Amino acid sequence: MGEEFRAGYNCKYNHNGRQAEVNGIFDIIGPIMVGPSSSHTAGAVRLGLAGRAIVGGQPSRAALTLHGSFAQTYRGHGTDVALVAGILGMRPDDERIPDSFRVAREQGMEFSFAGADLGDVHPNSVLMDLTGPNGSRTTVGGSSIGGGNILITRIDRFNVDFTGTSHALIASYRDQPGVIAKITSLLATEDINIAAMRVSREGRHGRALAIIELDQPVSSEARALITRISGIDTVIALPPVVSA
Amino acid sequence: MYVSIAELTHAATSRSLSIGAAVREQEALHSGEPQDALNRRMQERLAVMRDSVGRGLAGVRSRSGLTGGDARRMAQARTVTADGTASGAPMLIGGEPLASAIAYALAVAEVNAAMGRIVAAPTAGSCGVLPGVLFSVGEIRGAGDPELVDALFAAGGVGAVIARSSTLAGAAGGCQAECGAAAAMAAAAAVQIAGGTPEQCASGVALAFKGLLGLVCDPVAGLVEVPCIKRNATSVAVALAAADMALAGIRSVIPADEVIQAMGAIGRELPVSLRETALGGLAVTPTGKRIASEINAGRDSAAASNAPQAAESEKGDDPGI
Repeated sequence: MGEEFRAGYNCKYNHNGRQAEVNGIFDIIGPIMVGPSSSHTAGAVRLGLAGRAIVGGQPSRAALTLHGSFAQTYRGHGTDVALVAGILGMRPDDERIPDSFRVAREQGMEFSFAGADLGDVHPNSVLMDLTGPNGSRTTVGGSSIGGGNILITRIDRFNVDFTGTSHALIASYRDQPGVIAKITSLLATEDINIAAMRVSREGRHGRALAIIELDQPVSSEARALITRISGIDTVIALPPVVSA
Repeated sequence: MYVSIAELTHAATSRSLSIGAAVREQEALHSGEPQDALNRRMQERLAVMRDSVGRGLAGVRSRSGLTGGDARRMAQARTVTADGTASGAPMLIGGEPLASAIAYALAVAEVNAAMGRIVAAPTAGSCGVLPGVLFSVGEIRGAGDPELVDALFAAGGVGAVIARSSTLAGAAGGCQAECGAAAAMAAAAAVQIAGGTPEQCASGVALAFKGLLGLVCDPVAGLVEVPCIKRNATSVAVALAAADMALAGIRSVIPADEVIQAMGAIGRELPVSLRETALGGLAVTPTGKRIASEINAGRDSAAASNAPQAAESEKGDDPGI
């Protein structure tokens, strides 16, 4: 894997716990969610929501590989139906979550499950092979790290690292000088503040991916402008999938 | 947000506020949301709690087939007399609000296991304790929704202090961090509804927590069912005992904040096998292991629930839901 750098990324979650940092009273009396487990159910819904957002809409097909505790206990925790529910766009408090398989069949989304050792990842991890609305396949890896909080760790061949708590911009491009500068200056003119950023590439002049977490959403106009930057391949604007 | 129970108690007492009112005021300052907006959000959570009690009392069954129907069994038992006559003494010996609190706590925890909608308070695994105590005490005191909402703010303030100074995660601190914390929060809510002072609320927190220190997290098959659901029910008894002691003027020798610190320290000393990993305690009893192997072998839920000793409550008629 290529070189990586991180800037200003603030990991506020510990891997075993609920929020290590309490944001407010409704983190304690809440969230409202479909049970039974914040990590194995609510977190799984959010992982599915993140996958859906990354492929830009409802996939036609989802092949899900479960790892560790997800693979061991998915039936009783409903991790399987929760992941499918998220991919269908349901939120963690949606009472249709237990029926998500039926909803998927009605909406013509194919899905399948397998268990596998994904290596040195968090025990509650999934790899989602999603065929997006435009027919292209994207692999999204992520973990449920406690208290319903998630970490997206992989998009296709790239290692990434974001929590889905804020707006994010994902840009894939060919590595060359100035691409990041052009993206960030465009964000600046749109008055969008950058909260965290991570860039990785397959090698010099190879394919590269930028994950930029933002305090404000990216308008479709701004997204279109970024798409026109020389060297840019695709740009995805992600809404937050985790909220109180 | 308040960093200690002592600070929270002082803030409330010095300004003649309830704990709940002090917490709401602080939350409004911290979040910038007006207090009536915060009340509406809390009222929404109260409504979800109430719905989950109702649904659980009607009878549900978990996805694994292991649990369900006990809330209904408990609720029905409240109306039975020892000698079977209409005027006889009740069959149950704990009286009210305990019997209702147990039934409601079971109801919400069973709905959680059945993939129903609940309020994680503070966690999904311990979601029955607070509504169990809240609604049962509210009923015997004739409390309306505004008082119950205030009591939820009090409970939330206590939970926020626990989250800050130790943990609310079973994986980090065992069940004491989930059901223990929920009981401490519920005791504060109960004392406040019953008209106790902020000092008495703090005593309730300490007394309830002390009763559940060291409680391990050892879920059979790793599921939030056995023993979690019934631990929610037994935790309400601890919360009510603590609330009654506090109302009687009994104080905890160890202050609430030190009890919370001790809980965190105990959690760190607990072996990993007793922190939500299903590698110790009840999870590795012969019955626990058998249930786990049946579920992990991929038997369908009907097979698991029909196995003779699969359900912890094999006695009595299956309500057939």
